[in-house]
Amino acid sequence: MGTPRTLYDKIWDSHVVDQLEDEAYILYIDRHLVHEVTSPQAFEGLRIAGRKVRRPDATFAVADHNVPTKDIEKGITDPESKLQVDTLEANTAEFGVPYFSMTDDRRGIVHIIGPEQGLTLPGMTIVCGDSHTSTHGAFGSLAHGIGTSEVEHVLATQTLVQEKAKNMRVTVHGDLPPGVTAKDVALAIIGKIGTAGGTGHVIEYAGDAIRALSMEGRMTLCNMTIEAGARAGLIAPDETTFDYIKGRPYAPKAGAFEQAVAYWKTLNSDEGAKFDTEVELDASELIPYVTWGTSPEDALPITGSVPAPSDFADEGKRGAAERALKYMGLTAGMKLSDIEVDHVFIGSCTNGRIEDLRAVAKIIEGKKVKSTVNAIIVPGSGLVKIQAEDEGLDKIFEAAGFEWRQPGCSMCLAMNPDKLAPGDRCASTSNRNFEGRQGQGGRTHLVSPAMAAAAAVTGHLTDVRELD
Amino acid sequence: MEKFNKLTAVAAPMPLVNIDTDMIIPKQYLKTIQRKGLGKNLFAEMRYNDDGTEVEDFVLNQPAYRNAEILVAGDNFGCGSSREHAPWALLDFGIRCVISTSFADIFHNNCFRNGILPIEVSPEDLSKLMEDAERGANATISIDLEAQEIRGPDGGVIHFEIDQFNKHCLLTGLDEIGLTLKKEDKVAEYEETRKMQQPWL
Ligand code: SF4
Repeated sequence: MGTPRTLYDKIWDSHVVDQLEDEAYILYIDRHLVHEVTSPQAFEGLRIAGRKVRRPDATFAVADHNVPTKDIEKGITDPESKLQVDTLEANTAEFGVPYFSMTDDRRGIVHIIGPEQGLTLPGMTIVCGDSHTSTHGAFGSLAHGIGTSEVEHVLATQTLVQEKAKNMRVTVHGDLPPGVTAKDVALAIIGKIGTAGGTGHVIEYAGDAIRALSMEGRMTLCNMTIEAGARAGLIAPDETTFDYIKGRPYAPKAGAFEQAVAYWKTLNSDEGAKFDTEVELDASELIPYVTWGTSPEDALPITGSVPAPSDFADEGKRGAAERALKYMGLTAGMKLSDIEVDHVFIGSCTNGRIEDLRAVAKIIEGKKVKSTVNAIIVPGSGLVKIQAEDEGLDKIFEAAGFEWRQPGCSMCLAMNPDKLAPGDRCASTSNRNFEGRQGQGGRTHLVSPAMAAAAAVTGHLTDVRELD
Repeated sequence: MEKFNKLTAVAAPMPLVNIDTDMIIPKQYLKTIQRKGLGKNLFAEMRYNDDGTEVEDFVLNQPAYRNAEILVAGDNFGCGSSREHAPWALLDFGIRCVISTSFADIFHNNCFRNGILPIEVSPEDLSKLMEDAERGANATISIDLEAQEIRGPDGGVIHFEIDQFNKHCLLTGLDEIGLTLKKEDKVAEYEETRKMQQPWL
């Protein structure tokens, strides 16, 4: 037996093609997901240099960021958005890359359809020109976002030049109380370690509370890992993972599947493996979280109050808090549950999966969205939409006064027509509350789907555990 | 990619922590299919009023800093999205070097692919450089990548660390893809072995 290794060490070791110079390695990439915003310049680069895509079969493309979620049959009206999507379509055709078009039922947000199609498998290296690629780590695959130059590098070589990150383990002990979800765990962790807390690390999530999460919950958690600054999040695969993958269109078929599972079962951190940083949380102490400011680390339990800049010891943080309060239009000391919202957005690659929609339906069934609130639900993919409709969830949403949309990134970053106006305040299940993220001047409070549903009903941030 | 070796320039102070990629280049400018032309949109929501006029007190709008080629910024610069539009916008504006105590991973990588040097310094050195930067156009800062040194306007020298591969890439303006393609046989060999071990991939 050699030195005990972490899960990250194992995946890393099995993908090193060559060492370049002291810290730099060439890492093999098993799966490359491509979307319209961060790829045009990369394909253009290939064209100029006369290069090909090395493995179109390991590459997969879909348009998600610019896609309208209403009247999709009419196509895209914004000319720049249209050009970007058309460019992706032309590039994938020219370079032979598989592509789900805007009218394909299987389309959707890239991080939702990867797992849904079985393109995401344990032990893989997965990259995409998008920071929330960390989502796929839920399967025990090493998955992270890359820039456009790196997209070009992977297209041309199927490899990436990388330095090895450090190992961090976040252990969540015990059981999550009712009403507390993976999103709350994610916000609690980021609130604790900060948005730079994971910088230079790959985080492995462990502990009973993580084991008990569904694949959807694990994806939510790994998705938010980038908001803690880490390169990637990882959860060792187990029966929950294998059950999810089995039978998906691109998953290994009978025979190969058993062989794959045998290998996947070796993908966990060895006893005694060394982590550079360890963080521990007690699940039983967690309650639903909300953010008050303009950074995901501005997360607090819903029972708390808006902090004052003077609560922060660090000068930079004080300045940031001051700016955030001004931007968010909040006064220090007010109760978080008194913050009124006029928009609710449910969707995104963080919380746009079927389980998230079921959680919302459970809360709002038989209730009404408050008249002052504009509430939309955007499924993460065409297949999530179909499944939700098969289960009758759309009827529950519409009866309650939610708008039920077509799939896409939508108001998560507002590159399509769905956006907040200046001063609008939104309870959102997405992942970033940055200034202007959901529309210039828009104000975002990050919450779980259940919490977003509760806010839609009451018109203010609400502890879902207290909603009758 | 343009090489980077030495630079003497005005440094603009941005003493704000967690300057994220949405601030650096708001998403409405991500719809371009080109790398160039984003400089005018750099920090757009902080830099311009709704009617398109300039926000007077924003640092890059002040006469002293209009030609800044260095940014001195608070912790965790470039957090958020993977958009390479962020370094493209910086570069197109004319920024070749960003100094902070820490950078978000992907942004950090993206800088090196575009000839921008991100330098990490200690909090003490950062506050010193921030003060220097606040003195405006008469106080230039010099960077020497080869020697890994920052020289302040008063001659004080700060040494910085950088990994050797990225340093080499910047100094030579290397085509990284070309470099990797030279290792094609190793990649092919890897793929062969992989096919045997994990045929489902
Ligand atoms: S849903 Fe939001 S975070 Fe996810 S890929 Fe789309 S824009 Fe990015």
